[in-house]
Amino acid sequence: MTGPVVQALLSHWRRHWLQLATLLIGIALATGLWSAVQAINSEARSSYARANAQLSVGQLDEIRDPTGYISLSRYVDLRRSGWQVAAVLEGPVRIGDRTLRLMGVDMVAYPALPAMTQLEQSDTPPEPSEILTAPGRLLISPDLIDLFDGRDDLPPILVSSALPPEFILTDIGVAERLLNRSGQISRLVVLPDQPGSLPPLSEIAPELERQSPTSQIDTAQLTDSFHLNLSAFGLLSFAVGLFIVHGTVGLAFAQRRGMIRTLRALGVSMRRLVWITLAELIMFALIGGILGLVIGHLIAAALLPDVAVTLRGLYGAPVDGQLALRPLWIVSGLAMALGGTLLASGHALWRLSRMPLLASPGLQAWGGQTNARRLSALSGLALIIGGLIVFFSAKGLIAGFVMLAGILTGTALLLPAILSVLLAKFVRRAKGPVTQWVWADMRAQLPGLSLALMALLLALAANIGVGTMVSSFRLTFIGWLDQRLTSELYVTASDNEQADQIIDWLAPQVDAVLPIRSIELAHETGPLFLYGIIDDDTYRQNWPLIASNPNVWDSVLKGGAVLINEQLARRENLWPGDSLMLAPRHTLEIAGVYSDYGNPTGQAIVSMAMLDLVAPGAASRRFGIRLSPDRATEMAQTLRDRFDLPNSSVVHQAAMKKQSLAIFEKTFVITSALNVLTLGVAGFAILTSLLTLWTQRLPQIAPVWSLGMTRSRLAQLELLRSILLAALTACLALPLGLILAWILLSVINVQAFGWQLPMHLFPADWIRLFLLTLLAAAVAAVLPAWRLRRIPPADLLRVFANER
Amino acid sequence: MFLLFPLAALAQGYAGLGGNADGFTAPTPGYQFQFPQDHGPHPDYRIEWWYLTANLKGEDGRDYGIQWTLFRSALRPSEEDGWQSPQLWLGHAAVTMPDAHYFAERLSRGGIGQAGVTAQPFEAWIDEWQMKADPDINALRLTANGAEFSYDLSLDAVGPLVFHGEDGYSVKSADGQASYYYSQPGYQVEGVLHLPQGDVAVAGQGWLDREWSSQPLAADQSGWDWFSLSFDDGQKLMAFRLRGDRGDYTSATWIDANGVGTALPDGAVSFTPLETQIVADRNVPVHWRVVLPDRELDVEVSALTPKSWMGTRFAYWEGPVFVSGSHSGQGYLEMTGY
Repeated sequence: MTGPVVQALLSHWRRHWLQLATLLIGIALATGLWSAVQAINSEARSSYARANAQLSVGQLDEIRDPTGYISLSRYVDLRRSGWQVAAVLEGPVRIGDRTLRLMGVDMVAYPALPAMTQLEQSDTPPEPSEILTAPGRLLISPDLIDLFDGRDDLPPILVSSALPPEFILTDIGVAERLLNRSGQISRLVVLPDQPGSLPPLSEIAPELERQSPTSQIDTAQLTDSFHLNLSAFGLLSFAVGLFIVHGTVGLAFAQRRGMIRTLRALGVSMRRLVWITLAELIMFALIGGILGLVIGHLIAAALLPDVAVTLRGLYGAPVDGQLALRPLWIVSGLAMALGGTLLASGHALWRLSRMPLLASPGLQAWGGQTNARRLSALSGLALIIGGLIVFFSAKGLIAGFVMLAGILTGTALLLPAILSVLLAKFVRRAKGPVTQWVWADMRAQLPGLSLALMALLLALAANIGVGTMVSSFRLTFIGWLDQRLTSELYVTASDNEQADQIIDWLAPQVDAVLPIRSIELAHETGPLFLYGIIDDDTYRQNWPLIASNPNVWDSVLKGGAVLINEQLARRENLWPGDSLMLAPRHTLEIAGVYSDYGNPTGQAIVSMAMLDLVAPGAASRRFGIRLSPDRATEMAQTLRDRFDLPNSSVVHQAAMKKQSLAIFEKTFVITSALNVLTLGVAGFAILTSLLTLWTQRLPQIAPVWSLGMTRSRLAQLELLRSILLAALTACLALPLGLILAWILLSVINVQAFGWQLPMHLFPADWIRLFLLTLLAAAVAAVLPAWRLRRIPPADLLRVFANER
Repeated sequence: MFLLFPLAALAQGYAGLGGNADGFTAPTPGYQFQFPQDHGPHPDYRIEWWYLTANLKGEDGRDYGIQWTLFRSALRPSEEDGWQSPQLWLGHAAVTMPDAHYFAERLSRGGIGQAGVTAQPFEAWIDEWQMKADPDINALRLTANGAEFSYDLSLDAVGPLVFHGEDGYSVKSADGQASYYYSQPGYQVEGVLHLPQGDVAVAGQGWLDREWSSQPLAADQSGWDWFSLSFDDGQKLMAFRLRGDRGDYTSATWIDANGVGTALPDGAVSFTPLETQIVADRNVPVHWRVVLPDRELDVEVSALTPKSWMGTRFAYWEGPVFVSGSHSGQGYLEMTGY
């Protein structure tokens, strides 16, 4: 019995293969976008994990000098008092045209590094003397092999896939040479096995601080907000994709009512029918899910390089540009497809199981009722209020996203009610009968179209919101770059001595030389970069302060106060008048807060004298040069020739700005890509909804036709109806999008990156988006309208026949 | 763990490495020892050790044994300042008692001051472990520190240094592999052991071995059994057996009550395992018969505890033993390559 029933049910899809395609595409799109985001996230996380595994970051305590580096003799002091610690020296190193992170570990004290273990188990394990004595070896991941090709000036390389990308692991003896930091140690890792009795750290090296893993910020934590952002987008796309599934399944079930009635009349039990239908849905979900995984993998592979650039630019977190296929990802993708499909078709399935044996496939068979609309509006309101309550009671990034989700879905659920009220008003004001009919008909169609319109609303609001955020950010960022990058040339000397020589030579020839000196402090609030500046009008006139005391510059440059960046200010709630402890015995008053985009870490600025006092030993290799812009090119060349500097060591202001902007643009590539995809999915949802409504249209249109309206006129009105609904939705999406933008700029950004951005409005973008929406709605309505135009009059006449 | 490779040399020999390969100096007969310089390191030789063991009696009446060893292993025959020094240092320390054996290990490189040996004034150290002259090598202060134990002992030498083999040139195989090898077998030891069960004051006898070479074992030799025995009548015996595919190679030094040593040739002493036990998944002989007909010595040597396994980067058995039979006494046994 089951065989013929299955055959009968499946025959529907043979006749409606376009519907089947729509259903599968809907599932595939929903799964695909979601999976793409997940693939990107897991790839990034695995890169972080490999980086962290190199030194068990997050598991072992570390010892740091809050004011800078630890000397070799301090390390020996600690070892000779029994402390089992391993020395690590790390820093950026330039190889070719790339900057890589170099980590030098005392391989004798800490030999169990994953990459090292992997090499020892290889067929050709390295000799200890190769690793430990000059020239040493550089361990790199396979992606860097080309970069080191033919570099005879560097130690030979060893390749290990256990290493993160853009990362060099080596012995500390090699690292201090490559980094030119002889006798310096960045941090000491406290090894797991310690002797029974140890003298306290404060007795041996009082200036050093022990940090437990919880107070260390690792890359995964830093980038959590970024990945949460991506996940939110993925979820939005998933939801929009489900609207398509819902629409198609609803339509298919409505169209199969007749068949189901017949089957039941033939004695097939409802239970059996429901099970078979369920099995059918699961099969479609799996097929669509696999398709979605393919799409997701392709999208992720296309976007990953840009995401890698973003993460590196924003957080200095290196991510592999290569995408690996993980089994967990496949399983979870299929589970999402299955869960999503069942969620989207649960309603239809439930209604199927409740269908009375002799029910007719009535006119209102699939449409919603006033009750449903009221319920939807009420839950919408509840969601908005719930979101607000969560945010104001919990704060934080996740609470921000919950509020965002609440407001978005809540408004979407309110949409049918709002549109219904608006259309009712239009009906009352309409003059002629045709106009009145068009508005009333539109209102009657609302239940069937509302899901598609909700999807459109969400996509549009997301577009406006995210677009406004990105554009506001870009505008602010460009202005900030102009303020920050004021020197005409930026120079990096090969060492401190050469820097001194260059500065001496330059001083009489240029307006000013501005040293750029900084040192990383292990601050109680996380890593803190302390900068020293000299007194110059460049700072006094241009520096982008967002809050300050009166006479801020005098108090910093002459009075020993400190400026901090916005990230630190917001994270620690420190503002002008508060004080900041930079190091033991160095607590300074905060005189001002400056905006600082492009990194999430804390930063502080003090006078040069104070920098040397708080943290002696900051390198002074970098400086900016002020001179008249037309001399800049010539001066850059002179400097390169005279001091034998590579091209990359003397950089023009313009080039610097271009680089920064390029990183910025890359940052939002994935955001815009997801935006466009979401809008596409929404357009598709409208199409499926209109097709769904098609069968129910004839009974409504036939009477109008019989009253004398031509088919082509009806088709035009069909097109107009779709465009008008989309236009109305777009008008409602604008305020929602602006609310979204405001939340992104003032709430999410502050939580995720630590800066608040002023909101700028871009009406031209809105108009473009509005027109795009109308176009999408028109395109979606073309097929139904064209069908209406070509429908044989006999079909319309049949509406009046008694066989219905 | 790649450091295992150079250190494995200590346990398994440098199969196939010629004496002067890689520029290391090889021991030659007729070497004139210079003191105190020769108490210090010889970086142009591949390996070297300062090896102290002691049999102790606690105030609680129990038997204890301690080990303190500093190994030097050179990647190249030179010394340099800084991280890239080719000299590696390895410390082993242990406390053994009838029901427990605690050990600890330290690893360091030379060149940065974390580990090393100075001859004048004599000091050998790695991390906080020390073997320090007070004021010369005849009076030492010895400290070590592990997760479960630590000790602080003072040592006073009774009697002269003893040179093994041919005036300190100790042959290790029929092929002529050899090392420089001398001992101070007569330290009086006293001090305190800090153990999980509390502090114990101890006193007893210690034995210091000094040995350096570039080619300790022949290609076919898989390990050794090394005995240092002190008899109740004041006489002592150092004897070892190197196990090889081509047969064993033995060597020994008989030390009379005045501390005068007599070298005994290959084959003079015979060693017979009487009983093995499974220790760390290996079959280790912990009960021996040692016979030296020349001195009418026929004794059984048994471990204080079979647990004396040094589960360090290269693992071996090292622990206190008791002697009974024609002579009675105590001593230390080291077995590698099991």
